[in-house]
Amino acid sequence: MFDYRVLPAGDTALVVEFGERIDRELSMAVLSLAQALDAERIAGLIETVPTFRSLMVHYEPLTLPAAALIARIDKHMQNLRTREVTGRAWQLPVCYDPRLAMDLDSVARQTALSARQVIERHSGTTYHVYMLGFLPGQAYMGEAAAELALPRLETPRTRIPAGSVAIAARMSCVFPLETPCGWHVIGRCPIPLWDRNRASALLAPADKVVFVPVSLREYEAVVAKASEGMLEIEPVSEFSGAAA
Amino acid sequence: MTATLRILSPGLSTTVQDLGRPGFRRFGVSLSGALDPIALRAANALVGNPANTGALETLYIGPSFAVEAEDTRLSFVGADAAIEILPDADADSGETIAPMRSVRLRRGQVVRVGSLKNGATLYIAVEGGFAFAPALGSVATDSRGQLGGWQGRALVAGDALPLRRGAASERDEYRIDGLDLRAPRRYRVVLGPQNDYFSDDEIERFLAADYIVSAGSNRMGMRLDGPAIRHRRGFNIVSDAIAPGSIQVPGSGRPIVLLADHQTTGGYPKIATVISADLPALGRAPIGAAVSFAAVSVEQAAAARREQFAILEHLGDKLVPLAPPSAAVASRLLEHNLISGVHDAAA
Repeated sequence: MFDYRVLPAGDTALVVEFGERIDRELSMAVLSLAQALDAERIAGLIETVPTFRSLMVHYEPLTLPAAALIARIDKHMQNLRTREVTGRAWQLPVCYDPRLAMDLDSVARQTALSARQVIERHSGTTYHVYMLGFLPGQAYMGEAAAELALPRLETPRTRIPAGSVAIAARMSCVFPLETPCGWHVIGRCPIPLWDRNRASALLAPADKVVFVPVSLREYEAVVAKASEGMLEIEPVSEFSGAAA
Repeated sequence: MTATLRILSPGLSTTVQDLGRPGFRRFGVSLSGALDPIALRAANALVGNPANTGALETLYIGPSFAVEAEDTRLSFVGADAAIEILPDADADSGETIAPMRSVRLRRGQVVRVGSLKNGATLYIAVEGGFAFAPALGSVATDSRGQLGGWQGRALVAGDALPLRRGAASERDEYRIDGLDLRAPRRYRVVLGPQNDYFSDDEIERFLAADYIVSAGSNRMGMRLDGPAIRHRRGFNIVSDAIAPGSIQVPGSGRPIVLLADHQTTGGYPKIATVISADLPALGRAPIGAAVSFAAVSVEQAAAARREQFAILEHLGDKLVPLAPPSAAVASRLLEHNLISGVHDAAA
């Protein structure tokens, strides 16, 4: 059983809040409720938006009054099964070459690690996709190794390139589009996490991700393939529950 | 030849918007859509379009553009603005019309929209709509996500926007009557989701305050100048999802109302959320406007939404034919072979 509270976010959305911290167990509860509500295909339920520790539910109150929606949520919460959360496991190539990793050296300096150790720590972790947000297709993945935890830059950069792989606190992100950013950029991923032409995101909440270091040459080969539209990327596996 | 509107000057910020792109917020895709969906619906009604058809949304200073189609029917709904219809791109002057009506234009004519008064937004709908492929079910422009609209961005000079119809239908022009598009001073909110980050006294202060829409406002958020609201428990929360109209209070204590292009998630406490029935009016409130907030229950907000939908469903009842053109104008139009006799659509 999870403690939760339902908070209004105006008259067309509400928040089911499970706690106030970033925690995989809370995340699995959020994702489990999201999948249960989505599967039910309730008339008037517009969409669910999972975040670290809460689920936002957008609804049409003229079809589905708030009280009726809350009753459905309460019912699901009585026997929430987090082990039934489904996701996919991915291996994403990352080039950590300093030419693409503007903050690798400064991260090494600040963490008292070598650049090689930073790469080992970053690529030696299986990440859980907590949520997507900020930009289309942008996944917040945790937890990065505790040794890599750094606060955000004091002065955010006005632009980092699409594909930048960055860390801040215990999170890692691949930024799918060119964007202003206050995170530490330590590599670049050649796989488009957001396909503008098909308007689809590669990663979804509950997915698992491992970063695989590749050389600059390998990175460029994948970029070339992607730009020709010849890149097919498939998950390594699909799973249920808190795999990995 | 493709029928287009060719942008001569984009104005301050002109984008294509419809009623938004729901369904993909879990992937980080913003809702986007018109800041003032009521005005958008009215603009579409005036040219006979379905309510969700994409139209131009212009902010503060309007665009100028040339008609490159046999002829086309446009409508203008929103803030007061001088809308000049010039015979061609080289003309110095032409006829000036007011918004809240449709108008039929012929090839080569140029529309020049001036500065907006008493409102931030003006919608320009075209009969039949634009011939854009929707992105994720919507033609709304999401500039941050580089998605939808015309090339995923605000318009620039030289853009030629393809039209679905090569010519206007044969019908009279209309104006829309009895639709009040002024921005009121007071907006209703539902407290939360993070009102527990603020003491009762601070919430009272927020509800009693008079705010001014500040110059830092844009389609993502409306920044408010006025009393700073103090947090009881700090101003950093673990990022969670944002609803349209959420009022977040960052470290400065100055509230920001999150509008159509808001990010899907954010890390500041949200003291209250503007109710859905009042959000269109807030979307049209210009920089410098005075706004304040009053708390209502979720049930009261839903009732207000129901009431507003009933009005919107009958927007068509507010359309009234414009007075027939004067004899001089009629003969000029006839010279251009633009009207073929009233109510003789079969000719």
